[in-house]
Amino acid sequence: MDLITPQIGLIFWTTLSFLILMFLLKKFAWSPILGAVETRESSIKDALEAAENARNEMATLKADNDRVLKEARAERDEMLKEARDMKATIVSEAKNSAKEEADKLIASAKSVIENEKAAAISELKSSVGALSVEIAEKVLKAELKDADKQNAYISEMLKDVKLN
Amino acid sequence: MKTTLKSIVIFAALLATSVSLFAGSGSAEQGDEKEFDAVKVIMHHIADAHEFHILDYVDDQGVEHPVSLPLPVILLTDGHLDVFMSSAFDHGHADVVRGNRTYRLDHGHITELSGLHPIDFSITKNVFSMFLSLIIILSIFISVGRTYRKGNVIPRGLASFMEPLVLFVRDDIAIPNIGKKADKFLPYLLTVFFFIWINNLIGLVPFFPGSANLTGNISFTVTLALITFLITNLNGNKDYWKHIFATPGVPVWLAPIMIPVEVMGILAKPIALLIRLFANITAGHIIILSLISLIFIFKSVAIAPVSVGFVLFMNVLELLVAAIQAYIFTLLSALFIGMAVEEHDHH
Repeated sequence: MDLITPQIGLIFWTTLSFLILMFLLKKFAWSPILGAVETRESSIKDALEAAENARNEMATLKADNDRVLKEARAERDEMLKEARDMKATIVSEAKNSAKEEADKLIASAKSVIENEKAAAISELKSSVGALSVEIAEKVLKAELKDADKQNAYISEMLKDVKLN
Repeated sequence: MKTTLKSIVIFAALLATSVSLFAGSGSAEQGDEKEFDAVKVIMHHIADAHEFHILDYVDDQGVEHPVSLPLPVILLTDGHLDVFMSSAFDHGHADVVRGNRTYRLDHGHITELSGLHPIDFSITKNVFSMFLSLIIILSIFISVGRTYRKGNVIPRGLASFMEPLVLFVRDDIAIPNIGKKADKFLPYLLTVFFFIWINNLIGLVPFFPGSANLTGNISFTVTLALITFLITNLNGNKDYWKHIFATPGVPVWLAPIMIPVEVMGILAKPIALLIRLFANITAGHIIILSLISLIFIFKSVAIAPVSVGFVLFMNVLELLVAAIQAYIFTLLSALFIGMAVEEHDHH
């Protein structure tokens, strides 16, 4: 029975010891320990959040960079394309105008040639006419040295006139 | 682990005796002089005492001399406070007279011969052991607490060993059972956990200044269970009391049955706590002492290796039990407190 009979003395000392222990530990151990643990936990949480933010920021920055790079590349491509188009346009325009110019030149050359040719022909004609008249004159002069021959010729000429 | 010194000394003496037997000197009848009473020895070691018995030695004349640390006896008798050292009793051979009061130490109990009833506030073996545990616990945790002063949040040395234990109590005992209000009860739960655990461990040390069966003493467990009981019921909220005196969903005419049952439930919780701790620790001490006693019952050194093997096994087991019982006491306290302060969903 001794074993299961509580004794007032031990109960008293246990209560006293326990309360003193709890008071001292709360003041000198549990508060600092738990306080430090909470501080650490919150600082870890903050650090993790900061890291997460930094990572997000990095991702945003990278996305921005990518976007800018992409835009720059697109712009470059655009510019190159424009340049290529412009080149083609300029070349084709140049070709066209050159061709036109050439055509014009050729046309004017042709007309000059035509004119020259016509002039040459008319000059030739007139020269040939004059020469012919001269020759005819000379022939006639030689032919019509005598009167008979003149008459005969005139009559012949007159025959022709009648035929006309 | 209350392999007390006495047993070890007897064991060593027996060992020496057998060795001398081999040497040819016949001192065999020495063992027969006194019949070994295992129950008496075990009960003596389980019980509280007014002196801290360290060892016995036998002098040249064959007289046994106990060596023990005298502890202060504090008695409150009829309004008089009598304080003296327990050595005044001369191990129960002498009476102590203070004024008109004569005290006698009779099998661990102090009685007053003229019929007065002294209230015994003595610093007994268990109280001594408890004070020792206070010194150990305070020196551990105040030094750990100091590590965290001055804004240092990184545990170092002893702190890095104790901090996980503190966090274990907080994260695995207090918060899951109590929830948001856990912080308020954490100092109690932490203190009770380490108080029981360290005292269990001190009880496992087989020689002075350990070996006291403090956590296996009913007074000790009654006190702690009573504190849990008070904390639980003083913090019980409206829902808690409503469940006891007007259990929702139970017809009113059942109240005469339900209320006594619920009140019994309130009382059963701390009783379960105090019996569990008391029985576990006392049983551990009894088993180890019984195993040691086997050597003396069989009066044979040959049984010693078997006993020592079993005791070793039991010691390791008790080391585990010391932590488990501290854990269970704290866990159940947290559970009971949690049930009392819990915000119920309205049914």
